[in-house]
Amino acid sequence: MPADHIVKSYDEELTKLNRTIVEMGGLAESQLARALQSITRRDNDLAGRVVENDVRMDEMDRGVQHLTVRLFALRQPMAKDLRTIVGALRIASDMERIGDYAKNIGKRALALNQAPPVRPVSAIPRMGRLIQEMIKDIVDAYVDQDADQALAVWYRDEEVDDMHDSLFRELLTYMMEDPRNITSCTQLLFIAKNLERMGDHATNIAENIFFQVRGEPLDDRRPKGGATLDGDVVGNTSRNPDGGTGA
Amino acid sequence: MDVQVAEAGTEQKARTKVSARDVDVFYGDKQALFGVNIDIPEHQVTAMIGPSGCGKSTFLRCINRMNDTVDGASVRGLIAIDGQDIYDGRIDVVQLRARVGMVFQKPNPFPKSIFDNIAYGPRIHGTFGHKDELEGIVQTSLERAGLWNEVKDRLSEPGTGLSGGQQQRLCIARAVAVSPEVILMDEPCSALDPIATARVEELIDELREHYTIVIVTHNMQQAARVSQKTAFFHLGILVEYEATEQIFTNPRDERTQGYITGRYG
Repeated sequence: MPADHIVKSYDEELTKLNRTIVEMGGLAESQLARALQSITRRDNDLAGRVVENDVRMDEMDRGVQHLTVRLFALRQPMAKDLRTIVGALRIASDMERIGDYAKNIGKRALALNQAPPVRPVSAIPRMGRLIQEMIKDIVDAYVDQDADQALAVWYRDEEVDDMHDSLFRELLTYMMEDPRNITSCTQLLFIAKNLERMGDHATNIAENIFFQVRGEPLDDRRPKGGATLDGDVVGNTSRNPDGGTGA
Repeated sequence: MDVQVAEAGTEQKARTKVSARDVDVFYGDKQALFGVNIDIPEHQVTAMIGPSGCGKSTFLRCINRMNDTVDGASVRGLIAIDGQDIYDGRIDVVQLRARVGMVFQKPNPFPKSIFDNIAYGPRIHGTFGHKDELEGIVQTSLERAGLWNEVKDRLSEPGTGLSGGQQQRLCIARAVAVSPEVILMDEPCSALDPIATARVEELIDELREHYTIVIVTHNMQQAARVSQKTAFFHLGILVEYEATEQIFTNPRDERTQGYITGRYG
């Protein structure tokens, strides 16, 4: 921000908006970290707390919505302010979605912990760490209003998609090896998908930060691998179970 | 990126109506404008914004040589309408002001009937042949100003008896009556209530089909609503001149940013 607004309360409201977004980012990080821990440690208490904590995320999202509508109505924001506020509204809903996926991972962990441990569980934290880094970096990019860092996160989503793809194949192998793995592996499959979706939302956030800072949309810079791959994977998930039931 | 390309495209299409090159204006020793260069497109609304004393009204008044009437004012540089230098000695200033109409901050109807307010200009300039023709001009002008239906049954009543918003539209009709090419508006809505303001804004949008409009306004939302291009003046300098959408979503200059977002600096 170059200088303060002549109207002080406008600055106070913008600061509050900013703080809420950062807080949501922090909560998203810790929710994901705990959800992943609850899988590796087979910790049901922790998983339960992740599920409960999501309420806070929803509250903050509603808070951001309320605040942005208020800012539009009372301040008629322009230029950088306008982009900041529109961006914040969208970033908050992406954060909220990330929170939802963390909550879902928590729920899956509860189910997973009832079955005997399966080997590929180790691949999940690896993908999880990548997502954690992306979320941490995107929150930093937001705080510093750093378009280049946002862009770097945006590019990394391809790595997530690749990892999801290979994890998917790996899980299929385990399921074919021993049908008793199917229940657990299906949970892991959904968890992997949740992580992959978190990556997509981190990418959305990157786009919004880029727009906030530069005032222009982040368009088709990336080879459109992410979208196609995602389509392929969705196609696979629907095709393969069908094949399985048929055989 | 695409947006800029598209805008560059429309810019090429729009013909320049008014152009200024290296315009300096002095009031006595004090310089009010510094080297202004601008091309104002035909049939568009161009808004001039900036803090008080930034030179936007001064520039507006150069376009119809109103500054000639200010003691000690001098204008340097070139201002041209359709490529013709309006400060050329051979230019008839009265004729120029018929081509470039003006609407002021406070509605200033003449203390005459509504009809005579509109007929005043055509009568002076002798731009009609017959009485019927004059009546036609009055009606068309009032229609273009969106006032006809409200006043058609009381054309002989004094113009000063109308409401503020109606008076301002009467002034617009009066400006329109002499078939100007350019209409300058100096804060035309600052004395009007929001509904009258909305009417005038709607009118401005309709008028640009026939005229090129340059509007000075302190109300940035108004500039954003009515104009296609916006010029930001600061301390006598034309800081930034861009498509209105660009100015209000992503201005290039820090000073523009500071002004339109309401910050110091």
